[in-house]
Amino acid sequence: MDFIFYFGDVFTFTSIALLLAGTFFGLILGATPGLSPTMAVALAIPFTFKLDPAQGLILLGALYTSTVAGGAVSAILLKIPGAPANIATTLDGHQMAKNGQGARALQLSFLASLVGGVFGILVLIFMVKPLANVALFFGYSHYFWLAILGVTIIGSLGSKSVVKGLLSGCIGLWLATIGFDDILGTQRFIFHPALGGGIHIIAALIGIFAIPQVIEMFAKGRQKVNMEAIEVEKHSISQAASEITRNPRALGIGTAVGTIIGLIPGIGGQIAGLVAYDQSQKFSPDKAKYGTGHPEGLIAAESANNAMVGPSLVPLLTLGIPGSPTAAVLLGGLIIHGIFPGTDLFDNHPEVAWTFINSMLIGQVVMCLFGLYIAGLAARIAQVPQSVMAAIVLGLALFGSYSVQTSMGDVYVMGALGIAMYFLERYGFSAAPLVLGLILGPIAESNFVTGSTIAAAQNGTFIYFFTGWLNFILIGLVVASIAYSAWSEISAKKGATA
Amino acid sequence: MNRLEQIIPTGIIAAVGIWVAWVSYTQQPSEAFLFPRIFSGVFVALSLWTLIEAILGKGAKGSGLSVSMVKNFAPGVIIMVIYLFWAAKFFGFYTATTVTFFILLSLYDPASHNELKSWGKRALITVCFIAVMYGLFAKLLRVYTPREIFF
Repeated sequence: MDFIFYFGDVFTFTSIALLLAGTFFGLILGATPGLSPTMAVALAIPFTFKLDPAQGLILLGALYTSTVAGGAVSAILLKIPGAPANIATTLDGHQMAKNGQGARALQLSFLASLVGGVFGILVLIFMVKPLANVALFFGYSHYFWLAILGVTIIGSLGSKSVVKGLLSGCIGLWLATIGFDDILGTQRFIFHPALGGGIHIIAALIGIFAIPQVIEMFAKGRQKVNMEAIEVEKHSISQAASEITRNPRALGIGTAVGTIIGLIPGIGGQIAGLVAYDQSQKFSPDKAKYGTGHPEGLIAAESANNAMVGPSLVPLLTLGIPGSPTAAVLLGGLIIHGIFPGTDLFDNHPEVAWTFINSMLIGQVVMCLFGLYIAGLAARIAQVPQSVMAAIVLGLALFGSYSVQTSMGDVYVMGALGIAMYFLERYGFSAAPLVLGLILGPIAESNFVTGSTIAAAQNGTFIYFFTGWLNFILIGLVVASIAYSAWSEISAKKGATA
Repeated sequence: MNRLEQIIPTGIIAAVGIWVAWVSYTQQPSEAFLFPRIFSGVFVALSLWTLIEAILGKGAKGSGLSVSMVKNFAPGVIIMVIYLFWAAKFFGFYTATTVTFFILLSLYDPASHNELKSWGKRALITVCFIAVMYGLFAKLLRVYTPREIFF
């Protein structure tokens, strides 16, 4: 129950101001099609440099929560999901809006998000400390395998092609080794002076997540924002609240599915929303009403995609394995403040960990209140032309990456990685495993080198890295994640040809 | 998506993988390249796999690029490259950002290009954006940006 002692830290003037600002801008960014939660969090990291770690994480956490929920606004009113997590929301949400129930749909969406989100954060609160204690059993070899597991699990489960996902992870590991070797000071892979200091993680994150979206917006050309925008009529919030309580099945299914999927690294909110929608339909006596503007479908989808936010942080905060690309960006935000997940976080920086987690719990309520009252404004902002959004994101990417170390080298790295990532994504490579390789590469290498030194003085490298029950489990998980994904891909191919 | 379109990116990645492996196994001291040696082997194997798949026409993943897409994004990407890799440092961040922002708005804005009102709107959006950026980075975060020729 440690978290209770740190609730007061959230209620300082700066923390509350950051929570409100993060939630407000997160809702607007989330409602804007083409701007993902991951990009929003990556662009916000430079603003956390001047803040203490807990306050920085409050801002990033508020952005993460509210961008996921904000995506429902454009999904409902414009039939354009703000983020992939809101795809299932369009199915019934937009139909409700077309049937003249836009306000009701928005209210149900934010209230369902609140219930799912709070449950997810409570799961995070009660699971995170016991799991962080598991990390006490870990030695250098285990941390090495854990880092490799982080890359392979996202590379295989989170990618359309296992081979290309793993290859993206390898590219990330290579990028992580560019610069001077930490132990001997040897130059490695420095083929341009801008790479002398290595690749700074924040500049890389901004480039990888922001620049491809800028180019994607350019690729649409002078496209008119031809959206089926729907006016929002008035609807009583108390009626929506009582309607939520009358739909415990959809709410329960959505929350449970979102929580379980959030705990599995690499799956993501898109799957959570769709699976919850599907399961809710299967268990509903009104199956035929799904897709026609049935509130149950909307409640299941929205409770699921917010319920996964908290659990997706469990593997990140306990073991250092981000459960989603956004969690990977949050890991970058932790590392730049010199804080590492696991026991270090909860034993040496409990005020950072618990203030952050508590702020996310309070952030759910703030997100719901903001969502209920400013959804209409967010929908209007979502109709801002893509040209404006592209130019804004590009400007923020330049200033943000430069301010990391006040170095033009970081700007060049950001630009080059961003442009390369756009083309890689067009040909089936994924950003998430690449980023994981980049973030976890130094952790894998330092533990491998230290472990090898210890192993040389003991029984040899093979015995140190390949024996022992914990090593077996971790290696087994690495192999299982790859094998399962390869099997799924082959089955899908066979299914498509049959 | 044609086969050549898949072969080019996978070929480039395979070449990078082979270069990484070559550097890892030839450079000294070997202790500094211990970790790159491990993953570069996997890197080469996977990159050759994707290349062979592309050559055999089995690796079509991703949505590729269409001619219309390239035509659409090419001017924006060229301006972005000039802005990030040259203009920002040469002219100063705020000048370069103002000019780039206005050009990008003008290029991609679907609103009429024959009406004075829409040009005024673009100019106003640009001025507002730069004012916000200046407030955020120069005043709030106190980031000292390069100010070469202009501001």
